[in-house]
Amino acid sequence: MPRIPTQPSPMAQPRSFVWTRRVVLTLLLVFVLVPVYVMLSSSLKSLSGVQGSFQWIPHHITARPYIDIWKTIPLAHYFMNSLIVSVSATLFSVAVAIFASYGVSRYRFPGRRLFTVTVLSTQMFPGILFLLPLYLIFVNIGNSTGITLNGSRLGLIITYLTFSLPFSIWMLVGYFDSIPRDLDEAAKVDGCGPMGALFRVVVPAAVPGIVAVCVYAFMTAWGEVLFASVMTNESTRTLAVGLREYATQNDVYWNQVMAASLVVSVPVVAGFLLLQRYLVAGLTAGAVK
Amino acid sequence: MAATAPPRSASEAGPDSGKSAGRGRLRPRVPARLRQLSLPYLLLLPALALELLIHIVPMVFGIIISFKGLTLFFIHNWKSAPWTGFDNYKVAVKIHQPIGQALLHSFWVTIAFTVLSVALSWLIGTVAAILMQDSFRGRAVLRAVFLVPYALPVYAAVITWTFMFQQDTGLVNHVLHDQLHLTSNKPFWLIGGNSFWALVIVSVWKSWPFAFLALMAGLQNIPRELYEAAAMDGAGVWQQIRKITLPSLRAVNQVLVLVLFLWTFNDFNTPYVMFGQAAPHQADLISIHIYQSSFLTWNFGSGSAMSVLLLLFLLVVTAVYLLITSRRRGDADA
Repeated sequence: MPRIPTQPSPMAQPRSFVWTRRVVLTLLLVFVLVPVYVMLSSSLKSLSGVQGSFQWIPHHITARPYIDIWKTIPLAHYFMNSLIVSVSATLFSVAVAIFASYGVSRYRFPGRRLFTVTVLSTQMFPGILFLLPLYLIFVNIGNSTGITLNGSRLGLIITYLTFSLPFSIWMLVGYFDSIPRDLDEAAKVDGCGPMGALFRVVVPAAVPGIVAVCVYAFMTAWGEVLFASVMTNESTRTLAVGLREYATQNDVYWNQVMAASLVVSVPVVAGFLLLQRYLVAGLTAGAVK
Repeated sequence: MAATAPPRSASEAGPDSGKSAGRGRLRPRVPARLRQLSLPYLLLLPALALELLIHIVPMVFGIIISFKGLTLFFIHNWKSAPWTGFDNYKVAVKIHQPIGQALLHSFWVTIAFTVLSVALSWLIGTVAAILMQDSFRGRAVLRAVFLVPYALPVYAAVITWTFMFQQDTGLVNHVLHDQLHLTSNKPFWLIGGNSFWALVIVSVWKSWPFAFLALMAGLQNIPRELYEAAAMDGAGVWQQIRKITLPSLRAVNQVLVLVLFLWTFNDFNTPYVMFGQAAPHQADLISIHIYQSSFLTWNFGSGSAMSVLLLLFLLVVTAVYLLITSRRRGDADA
C-alpha cells in the first residue's frame, strides 16, 4: 500500500511560518466548506425557508426535501442512467488504458511517440469542436447499421471512456515504468507470454495506479454536462442534465436542488476521499517522468 | 507487493503456456517474429480506434463542415450542404461586423477569465501544498477536505454556487448586504458585470484543488537530503522554500499550468450550469458563445469555423508555451 510519507522538517519551524500556515489554511478551509455547508443546511429547509433572505441556521429543520426529490423529477431513473454509464465507461476505459500503457511502457516501436503525443493532444480539443460532428456521425451510424448510438447509453459510454483515456494512459505509463522490467522478464523466463506478464506481474504491482485511474474515469463520466445535454433523451437522461428540471417556470425548488445535489455527490465524494491517496500516488509516478 | 509476483506466476505458468500454444494453432501462418512485432500495435489498437472514432474523425469532419454552409436546412443530409470556401471564416474574423465583433469580445473575456482563474488556482494550490508539506496535527483530514471541490460533480457544485449568488435569497448578498452592510442594495451576481467575477470565483474554487493535488505529488519527489543539507548550511524555512521547493516544482508546474489553462479555456460546464444557454455579455465565454452560435441559430458551418479558429489558437499557444518553458528548463538544468 502506498503511504504518503510525512516529512518532519529537519529544523524547527519559526513562529512566522506556523502562524502563516494557521491563518492561510483556516481561510482556505472556510472558502472550501461554505458551499458544502450551504448545500447541507439548505437541503434541510422547507421551501419557504429558501425563498426569503438566506438563513445561516435553518429556522425549521425538515427532511421533507429528501422525500420530495424522488417525486418532483424521476431522480432514481436518472441516477441509474448515470450509474450505468459511468461504471461501464470506467471499466472499459481502464481496460483499454491498461493495454495501451503496457504497450507504450514495455515496447519500443515506430510510432510510439506519435501515439502518446496524439492521445495527449486530444485533451486540448475544445469539446464544442467535435460535439456536432460526433452527433452527426452517431446519427449516420444509426441510420446505416442500426446500432443506436445517439440518445443511447452506449453512445455516451463510448464518448465518456475516451474522455478519461488520455490522462489514464499518461498516469499508467508513469506507473508501469516505475515497475522494474526484470519482474516481467522473470515471468517470461518462467513461461508466461506477454499477456501473462501483464496480468500476473504488472497489473498486480500497479494496483494503486489502476485504482487512481478508476477514480478519475468515474468522476469524469459522472460530472460531464455538455455531451449529456445533447446526446441523451427522456429515457437515457443522466443526472447532469436531469437536475435542471427542479427549476420550473415559476419556481426553483432550491431546497430540493440542494438535497438532490448532496445525494448525487455523496457516492462520488466518499469514494474519492477513500481512494484519494492512490490518486496522489498515481500522480507522483506520472510526475517523475 | 511486487516482489511476491514472480514466484506466483511461475507456479501458474503451465496453463498460460498452453493457452498461447492454442492461439498459435489457430493462426499457423503468422510467423512468430511478425506476431512479436505487431504485439505493441495490437495493444494500442483499442485505444487508437476509440480515439479515432470519438476525437480524430469528428475533428476532421468538423474542419470539413467549417467550409460548408451547413444550416438546419441540411442537417439530415449534410453532404448536400453547399461548399462555401472560406466564407464562414471570413464572417468570424470580420471584427467590425456584429458576428466577428461578438466573437472577438468573447475571446477577450475568455482570455481574462482564464488568466485570472489559472493564476489564482495555481497560487492557492502552491501555497497550500507548501504549507502542508510538513506534518502537523490534522494534516490528513485537512488534505481530504481540500480535495472535496475537485471530487464534487461539477453540476452539483456549480448549482450550489448559483444558489449562493441569487440576488434576493443567496448567501453572498446576505453576508455583503445584510450582515456586513458593504453595499447599499443587493447587487445582481448572475447578470451584468458581476457575473464575470462570479464565474472566476466558482472556477477557482473548483480548480485549485487539482493544482494542490498535483503539486503535493510533485513535492514528494524532492529528495529529503536537499532540505537537510540546506538546514545544515543554516537556511531557514522560508529560504528553503525559495531555494529548493519552488525550483524543484518547475517540471510539475510546466505540465500543471498548461493543463489548467486548456481546461479553463475550454470550460463549458461551469458557465452552462450557471447561466443556462444565455450567458451574460460580460461573462460570454467562448465555448458557450460557439455553442449558442451553432445550436441556437442552427448555423453549424459558422460554429465549426469558430471552433477551428479556437483550436488553432490553442495549438499555437501550447506550442509556444512548450518551446519557451522547455528551453528555460534546459537552461536551468545546464
